[in-house]
Amino acid sequence: MRKAGWVVLAVALATFPLAGGEYYINLTSQIFIAAIFAASLNLLVGYGGLPSLGHASWLGLAAYISAWMSLKLGLGHWATAPAALLGTTLIACAFGWISLRATGLGFLMLTLALSQVLWGTAYRWVSVTDGDNGLRGLTRPAPFGIGLEDATSFYYFALAITVVAIWLMAVFVASPFGAALRGARDQSRRMSALGHDVWLIRWITFVYSAFWGAVSGLLFVYYNKYIHPASLSLTTSAEALLGVIAGGSGTLGGPIVGAAIVIFLKNYVSAYIERWNMLLGFVFVFIVIFMPEGVVPGVRRLLGQAMRARRRSR
Amino acid sequence: MQYWIIQTLNSFALGGLLFLLAAGFSLIFGLMRIANLTHGSMYMLGAYVGVSVLKVVPNLWLAAIIGGLVIAVFGGLVERLILRALAGNALGQVLVTLGISFIIADLCLMVWGGDPIPIPTPPALQQPILVGGVAFPTYRLVVLLIAVVTAVVLHLLMDRTRIGAMIRAGVDDMQMARAVGIPVSRLFTAVFCLGAALAGAGGIIGGPIMSAYPGLDADMLPLALIVVMLGGVGSLLGAFVGSFLIGAIYTFGTALLPDLAYVILFLPMIVVIAFRPTGLFGRQSV
Repeated sequence: MRKAGWVVLAVALATFPLAGGEYYINLTSQIFIAAIFAASLNLLVGYGGLPSLGHASWLGLAAYISAWMSLKLGLGHWATAPAALLGTTLIACAFGWISLRATGLGFLMLTLALSQVLWGTAYRWVSVTDGDNGLRGLTRPAPFGIGLEDATSFYYFALAITVVAIWLMAVFVASPFGAALRGARDQSRRMSALGHDVWLIRWITFVYSAFWGAVSGLLFVYYNKYIHPASLSLTTSAEALLGVIAGGSGTLGGPIVGAAIVIFLKNYVSAYIERWNMLLGFVFVFIVIFMPEGVVPGVRRLLGQAMRARRRSR
Repeated sequence: MQYWIIQTLNSFALGGLLFLLAAGFSLIFGLMRIANLTHGSMYMLGAYVGVSVLKVVPNLWLAAIIGGLVIAVFGGLVERLILRALAGNALGQVLVTLGISFIIADLCLMVWGGDPIPIPTPPALQQPILVGGVAFPTYRLVVLLIAVVTAVVLHLLMDRTRIGAMIRAGVDDMQMARAVGIPVSRLFTAVFCLGAALAGAGGIIGGPIMSAYPGLDADMLPLALIVVMLGGVGSLLGAFVGSFLIGAIYTFGTALLPDLAYVILFLPMIVVIAFRPTGLFGRQSV
């Protein structure tokens, strides 16, 4: 039953571009990017118990480094992509070291403050970032000589990266290290007493999570061929966090569903009302007050109750 | 010479405005463990409410008082109706304040439009004071004065009154404070309203310097966060020292290295957080 579900999903994802129009193919590519982004944030929020409001830093930094290197240094994608990932991860090492001086709300405020500093810098450091104009005129890479300019080839490219990313994050969570991370979330003192270095566990998770955030940032800049300081803004971080919480934090599928919900809302509802930020705010308030566990665990709970009720009635 | 004097006064004025913002944030966080992310929005909403009040009563100080009261009522409603429902759920409370801050930002954009709205300096304070041939911008001195007076009044309130003693007890040890019969619930609302009022009034008082514009909230909130981290959570002295430190670093950073002013803001926070996670004057770690 479970296996059959995976096969159906795989076939559906692989054949989707044959059936869907270009608009839907692009929409799904955006969902892939948002899914990696939300899933990487979920490593911190869900499995680590460390609520970050600065995840946009990693998406934005990787995108800006890659864009800046190709525009101002004229380097090809073979150089910009690894440099963007490496540069972002190194900065995450430093940010993690600072932010993890605190846990809980202090951690949240530090990540928020640090990412707002990057956001402000992106606006003001005009000689590097072109400020409010953003960096434009970018190209998509052509791995193995296959161009990604059309929607379908980009879809498969994004799909491949998403599968690898989600799989590697799942391996991370299922590993003994992932178990130690959950232990540090639930019982940090006991984990310390057992000889685990809780701080180090969290820091490694922070950096790993930022790395996948950077991967989604590269995909993001390839997709849009444009990067603007708004990608570093609190709204971007909040959208990802909403995806994690709406989908259900600390579950593997949750953030993917949540990211899809956010992208759908953003694309569909904003076609009818202009006020995306206000809608985002209301959805936030609604989810936190009425559905704090998220959509995936919530639906699973309801299904479980329904099944039990049916069994009982038999 | 004139340039540096102006910059120094600018840094004092920004420091004073930051104090009005950070003092409330710090007290709310210290007492209630709520990271109130609407605080920047309250500052911005205050500035916009001031714009509208000034159309009816052309007096900045009256507008500041009215705006402060409006924002205080708003803050009280948020605390009573929404945050109270999520008591004990710290993450939920932050996320709700984040959501509300998005709603406020968009509402302000809807009501007051996307262009910056200047708030005029009161006519009596437009002329600079001339001392020995050097002109001092009067309004910035007045803002500094307001901040210092507010700091003294808050200090006396916290240090010399019964309510202040209760607040300090709550910051230091909430459970014991409850146990000895301090009405913590009413105290929460009072402190939240006070913080909101200071932020709202600050937005209007800062108006002649910064004007009211979309994004004012996102500009001010991180500065307030850095101030609170630097000075220490729940500490009035910390908020005061931190505000003027950050005000100076930001102003001179912008003047000397405009591209990287935001990066320079980090440095004191990093040093302090690295060696003293409680902040300069804080007693509880963040």
